[in-house]
Amino acid sequence: MSMPFYVSPEQVMADKAEFARKGIARGKSIVALEFLGGILLMAENSTSLSKVGEIYDRLAFAGVGKFSEFDQLRKVGVRFADTKGYAYSREDVRGKGMANAFSQVMGEVFTREIKPLEVEIIVAEVGDDRYEDHRTNSLYRIKYDGFISDHKGFCVIGGKVEEVESVLKNDYRPDMPAGDAARLGRRALTAGAERSSELGASSLEVCLLDRGRSGRKFCRLTTDEVQGMLDS
Amino acid sequence: MLVRGSYQGSSFFELLQVDYRHLMPDLAAWGRSAVASVPHGTTVLAMRFANGVLVAGDRLATAGHAVASRDVVKVFETDPHSLMAISGAAGPCIEMARILSVELEHYEKIEGEGLELEGKANKLSQMIRANLPAAMQGLAVVPLFAGYDTRRKIGRLWKFDITGGRYEEAEFDATGSGGLYARESLKHGWTRALAREDAVKVAVAALTAAADEDRATGGVDLERGIFPIIKMCTASGHADATEAEIAACYREILAARSAGGNR
Repeated sequence: MSMPFYVSPEQVMADKAEFARKGIARGKSIVALEFLGGILLMAENSTSLSKVGEIYDRLAFAGVGKFSEFDQLRKVGVRFADTKGYAYSREDVRGKGMANAFSQVMGEVFTREIKPLEVEIIVAEVGDDRYEDHRTNSLYRIKYDGFISDHKGFCVIGGKVEEVESVLKNDYRPDMPAGDAARLGRRALTAGAERSSELGASSLEVCLLDRGRSGRKFCRLTTDEVQGMLDS
Repeated sequence: MLVRGSYQGSSFFELLQVDYRHLMPDLAAWGRSAVASVPHGTTVLAMRFANGVLVAGDRLATAGHAVASRDVVKVFETDPHSLMAISGAAGPCIEMARILSVELEHYEKIEGEGLELEGKANKLSQMIRANLPAAMQGLAVVPLFAGYDTRRKIGRLWKFDITGGRYEEAEFDATGSGGLYARESLKHGWTRALAREDAVKVAVAALTAAADEDRATGGVDLERGIFPIIKMCTASGHADATEAEIAACYREILAARSAGGNR
């Protein structure tokens, strides 16, 4: 009988992390921005396969990397949120709990499975003025290994995080109107896309968590609506 | 833990059945003895009118011969384009309306687009069928389902029986203990393409007729200020008839009655 090769746990983890990072680095970027009217999520995406989706009344999801994997995560999130909201109340489905649950799953897959998830996700929660302790927005970023961080103002995931973030770091202002936020988001994504011409409305997927709505605050904008927002 | 079960589809109802059995009420396990003491909802009706559909229900719930509640709500907005009205055992009925509304939202989120109106009605019929063992013991759920079909640009309505049988109605229908009387009244008042105001009038008249003949139906309660719920669903979404509007319609009926007509 032959002896199995010994590989140190450090090496296993490092290899897995590198594998996941490579997968994610190939993908395009997504930004989530807090603005006056809520949270804007913008992805460079000209296909009809959505990278941004609704989870619950005040929660949205965005994922980069392997489509089948983050879409599966999104569905798992919807099931988790709907079941929790049904068993308790709609107000009990909160962003922190959701983000922690995602982090747990992704961390579990990272340590247990041979192949880690090649994804990175954002969980965005828009504030609700009706409740004292629900007023602020939250943005959580969860990495392939389950590492979770929370962000103020804006949050970026994808292949070119640094390039996109550098634009946002310079020009992001709290309480921007929707048009300014959309233009800033496009400029930031364009910096990440390494192209000279600006991204057009048809190559952007834009969704909002609109503070002003009652009930389900998520809405997906059509290309015309995106154009209108960029022109406003 | 996020990944709890094995269900992979897009139905919330099936998700509960497969992975969250403990969240589903097991009504079939109840004995027959429970039935008489369980509150029952009474008269609800639905009709088509010029712009869409109208669904109305009184507010009384009874347990045997006693009043269980005077202001129970029996008409629900299940999603932005559909309404459900319930009659039968109030507990399972209200729970079914709740599950249906989560179901429709859940499907839309998982699949990225909503169900067709007919698909929604069909789903409800499967849920009623799943409740059949409880229905056989007397805990029946007999809803009306109505909505605005955004593809065909018309209002549509369905009635159901306890086995999940689904029947589309072209004009109107009413169910519950006072349903027969409400239907009789609708038969006289309803005409094709009623204007909104007239549709509300016809609905109030039908509920008043049902409350007159059936002791378990509430009707309009001016003394306590409890009014039937009347909801409409059109291309632009939901709208409610206001209490003032319902009160005005009811006063008109009372005035006609005191003047000697409309017995």
